[in-house]
Amino acid sequence: MIPLLFGITIISFAMMHLAPGEPSVVGQELNPRISAHDIERLRSYYGLDKPLSVQYWRWLKRLVHLDFGNSFSADSRPVIDKIAERLPVTLWINVLAILLILAVAIPIGVASAVHQDSWGDRIMTVLVFVGFAIPSFWLGLMLMIGLGVNLNWLPISGIHSYGWQHMDFWERQRDLVRHLTMPVLVSAIAGLAGMSRFMRSGMLEVIRADFITTARAMGVPETRIRYRLALKNALLPIITLLGLSIPGLIGGSVIIEQLFSVPGMGQLFYQAVLSRDYPLIMGITVIGAVLTLLGNLLADVAYAWADPRIRHGGKG
Amino acid sequence: MTRSQAALAFCRRHPMLVAGGIIVGTVSLLALLAPWLAPYDPTDINVKAILLPPSWQHWCGTDTLGRDVFSRMLYGARVSLAVGFVAVGIAMLIGILLGAVAGYGGKLADSLIMRWTDMVLCFPTFFLILAVIAFLKPSIWNIMIVIGLTSWMGVARLVRAEFLSLRQREFVLAARATGIPAVRIIGRHLLPNAMGPILVSAILGVAGAVLVESGLSFLGLGVQPPNPSWGNILTEGKDNIQIAWWLSLYPGLAILVTVLGYNLLGEGLRDYFDPKMSGRP
Repeated sequence: MIPLLFGITIISFAMMHLAPGEPSVVGQELNPRISAHDIERLRSYYGLDKPLSVQYWRWLKRLVHLDFGNSFSADSRPVIDKIAERLPVTLWINVLAILLILAVAIPIGVASAVHQDSWGDRIMTVLVFVGFAIPSFWLGLMLMIGLGVNLNWLPISGIHSYGWQHMDFWERQRDLVRHLTMPVLVSAIAGLAGMSRFMRSGMLEVIRADFITTARAMGVPETRIRYRLALKNALLPIITLLGLSIPGLIGGSVIIEQLFSVPGMGQLFYQAVLSRDYPLIMGITVIGAVLTLLGNLLADVAYAWADPRIRHGGKG
Repeated sequence: MTRSQAALAFCRRHPMLVAGGIIVGTVSLLALLAPWLAPYDPTDINVKAILLPPSWQHWCGTDTLGRDVFSRMLYGARVSLAVGFVAVGIAMLIGILLGAVAGYGGKLADSLIMRWTDMVLCFPTFFLILAVIAFLKPSIWNIMIVIGLTSWMGVARLVRAEFLSLRQREFVLAARATGIPAVRIIGRHLLPNAMGPILVSAILGVAGAVLVESGLSFLGLGVQPPNPSWGNILTEGKDNIQIAWWLSLYPGLAILVTVLGYNLLGEGLRDYFDPKMSGRP
């Protein structure tokens, strides 16, 4: 965990410094008559004249205090403030997407496994393949055209309606839910396909296990076997898969937030990329990686909590 | 059994492989023959034919500059497939190299390379790609390189796992005992035996790269207009979502079908190589 964290900072730092053009050069572009002396002054101001190891150490020390420096943009606010105000929306959308994935994919996967090779199972298999292949932003566009433009059921951009400040509490919540429905749905689609497929194969594997055969031989009712014994064991790998799916969800938020004009971290990142706001880019990249790491750690802890074989350090 | 009966039996047994093969073959053919098939020049601006809905003259309608969307999609197929193949080629090269060293080079190399792989896996790939694109300029070459540089991790792990199990097998031990150099053992004995899973992952990788390229182009950070790409036609679709549904519908369908084809082909091949594994995700 800690070495990984170090590695993440080293990769981010290396990327920042391997990139062509440092801040002083950026200044030079703006002012072609800048003198060599001034460039030196700028370099020492940013600490760019020090050896890389010293620069890395300084950067790391500031990182520990969550100080990612100031944004290059006109407001030059601290990067961490900019991220902090954008992060909640992104987290909300992703958490809701994960909940939606779990709520829909697990029953579908179990049903497909229990009724293997039935028509329902076959249709689900086809849908899973389509779900894997569908570009999320295109699905978003289609939903926008269908539900937003043609039927006018859901708003197609932003997270608040015009004049939401004047609504009462419940109206505001309803407004927010209406705005978040499509982004959450679109974020969830790839995960839905993956998770239901995974659940199906996990369930199929467990059903063939020896202890299930034993339970059948002992006369345990089939429903109890399926939905208590088998399901419990098939659910375990889902935890790991959830942990693994976090980078994809966070990465996908760039496209989804851009598509639906959601003011979240993904949109902030996109704007940072367009304006080459390096401190902001690096800050978000590090935070994204740390979030992933946290997600994996949570998954490991949850796995240990759910699986006594791992908790007691035995061999699985 | 006659030849046609055998072919039919093969289709029955490997429906995914056949369906994937047909889709991939058709899309590749359309891309290759784009200059002969396209009814219009993909960059030809025609102010008299702006935003026309699909008709017999323009099968998929026209865009905001009066360009024929169908022709642009044909040329877009070339872009998507080229990016897919080159990016996957780069990823395979890095992945196989690192995986081979990790799987055959001893404990130290293994743990170093695998830690490195874990670290890179922590970064949301799309963030990494966007961050690098921000430093470089968005162009088709940079996109190929960047997607390649950020998608080798799966192959590296796969090759390592294959090598670790293969190196214990008798024929490899025998080769080592006769003093054949490691590079030759890897090239002659290990790689050919791991080729099946590598091929499967390469084909699935093309599907992934096509998706990423279209996403990048959709964000305006990929293939730059006026060059056509499925992703950047969709950007126009988004900008004209209230009035021109055809700009959004068709390029997306093209992406969907292409990615589906490569996924089916990959999964089908996996089953073909290793029937035991069928039914796995």
